Amino acid sequence: MPLTNLIGALRQQPWSLWWIQFRRFTRMEIRRNLFTRRAWWVYFLAFIPAVIIFIHLLVDTHPGFGLSDDTQVLAGVVQLYYIRLGVFFGCLGIFSRLIRGEMIERSLHYYLLSPVRREVILLSKFFAGAVSAVVVFGTAVIADFALMYAGYGAAGTDYMLNGPGLGQIESYLLIVVLACLGYGSIFLLLSLVFRNPMPGALLLLGWEAINPVMPSLLQKFSVASYLRHLMPVSVPAEGIFALLTVETEPISAWVAVLGLLVLIALVLTYSCYRIRTLEIRYTTE
Amino acid sequence: MKATDTIRFENVSKFYGEVLGVNRITLTLSPGITTLVGPNGSGKTTLMNLMTGLVQPSRGTVSVLGLPPSNATEFFCNLGYCAQFDSFPRGVTGFQFVLDSLMLFGMSEEDALHLTVEALERVQLDGEAAHRRIAGYSKGMRQKIRLAQAIAHHPRVLVLDEPLNGLDPMARAESLALFQELGRQGMHVVISSHILDEVDRVSDRVVLITGGYLIAQGNIHEVRQEVRDKPMQVLIRCDSPELLASKMFSVNHCVEARLHADGRGVFLRTGDIDQFYRLLNEIAVEGLVKIDAVAPADDDANAIYQYLIGSDGSPS
Repeated sequence: MPLTNLIGALRQQPWSLWWIQFRRFTRMEIRRNLFTRRAWWVYFLAFIPAVIIFIHLLVDTHPGFGLSDDTQVLAGVVQLYYIRLGVFFGCLGIFSRLIRGEMIERSLHYYLLSPVRREVILLSKFFAGAVSAVVVFGTAVIADFALMYAGYGAAGTDYMLNGPGLGQIESYLLIVVLACLGYGSIFLLLSLVFRNPMPGALLLLGWEAINPVMPSLLQKFSVASYLRHLMPVSVPAEGIFALLTVETEPISAWVAVLGLLVLIALVLTYSCYRIRTLEIRYTTE
Repeated sequence: MKATDTIRFENVSKFYGEVLGVNRITLTLSPGITTLVGPNGSGKTTLMNLMTGLVQPSRGTVSVLGLPPSNATEFFCNLGYCAQFDSFPRGVTGFQFVLDSLMLFGMSEEDALHLTVEALERVQLDGEAAHRRIAGYSKGMRQKIRLAQAIAHHPRVLVLDEPLNGLDPMARAESLALFQELGRQGMHVVISSHILDEVDRVSDRVVLITGGYLIAQGNIHEVRQEVRDKPMQVLIRCDSPELLASKMFSVNHCVEARLHADGRGVFLRTGDIDQFYRLLNEIAVEGLVKIDAVAPADDDANAIYQYLIGSDGSPS
């Protein structure tokens, strides 16, 4: 009865203690991710589109533009800026700091010497990183959305609250959440495996860019290709956009979400294995 | 002694790629203060990192109080490690640093606060300093806050890598008194230090290591006895040191005599300590020399280090 034994063994584990440790560790990490000076550039990456839209709102009065044009612009901002650059580099900064950054600062050993299972440490760090990234980038996307339609007065409000706007913002938020989880898990693993995760990250950036020309099997190993199917508004692939926009075979939204979650689970499982064998030798950092 | 009361290394080797960390270490440490002695790069820190699970052995097994380091939940409730890395999580105050560590044990916030205050008092870090950011601390204060974090949860095993570095003489004396108190309470205190003269006074045993190999271990006096090829030096305080020296030189195992600077004692070096003491007793009984005090002059960690390892760090 190996399955019964496994269930029995799992039941005997101190889950309640792990849960307390997970929450406390996550709280500490979120504090460090969001409220330290190093976080400023993540805020910068997230809110720079909002600042630009706000300046447009003050200076321009939408000459010759309509709601549908700005909806296209917003879709482009999310797909081409946030997913390709903002969330990508924001997550690179947040998640590669969680393990490798603390090894460089020589402070990781304090956590590895605490009575917390290393898997709990890793998952707490991942969750804290994901919450931090989602809070920053999710807030930024909501701000972009609100500022974009604020200039239309009652028509803009009606579009956001009663029209397709609400569904679009929900989709964008789902995309941001999945992008943060997907890129976050990969950058966390890269920082566990490599002393310098930057070359790996740049390779991933290149992979994400050329992924559309890959066979459909290889396209399954791309975060952006899953997210593309969740976009509520498609960005026309013209000119330079044609090079950057992912063109994968159409799949349903739930398959895209599930596929990405499976990818994240696989990456995290391997990361848990890696952290169990991680050794502290700061002299080699 | 039971495995649940000792720290055990069983045929432990650690290689960093091609580089040897430690090789075939078999060692059992019982409660009390143990000092790891060895030159830089001898394997002291590797031994401590193996003991605390920060590195895994390439061969062999390590257990602390019968627990393997992989059992983090139980293992680290019983162990505190004050590593030599002089770094901290960014932006935290000393108080927050200790409190955050304790909160990870799963205890209530009230208990964690109580233990934090207690630990800070034990290392004598005042409240005002504790609420300042660690980044602004002096080296001595950083050493103290690391020590506070290591002892805050009342571990049964305390591992201290160069704990006296950066401390002024007063703080060193206070730290040593704390280690002694912890040792008396039945704790394992494992110390590596370059300040052998001071650590030696509080140690119950020494472990000598060089080039990754264990050279000797045990009670400091026992280890000294094992170094039979090196004559032992004894200081004898008496009223006629010259007469005593001439009497002692009548036997061939006495190889060197040197008068003490104050003229009220003599350092004698002998190859046979048992015969030496026998002869000394006879001289005392004769009454020709009034002997006030007799003490081994090289029966300390520093002398043993010099005899066994040598000043260049290679086994002599």
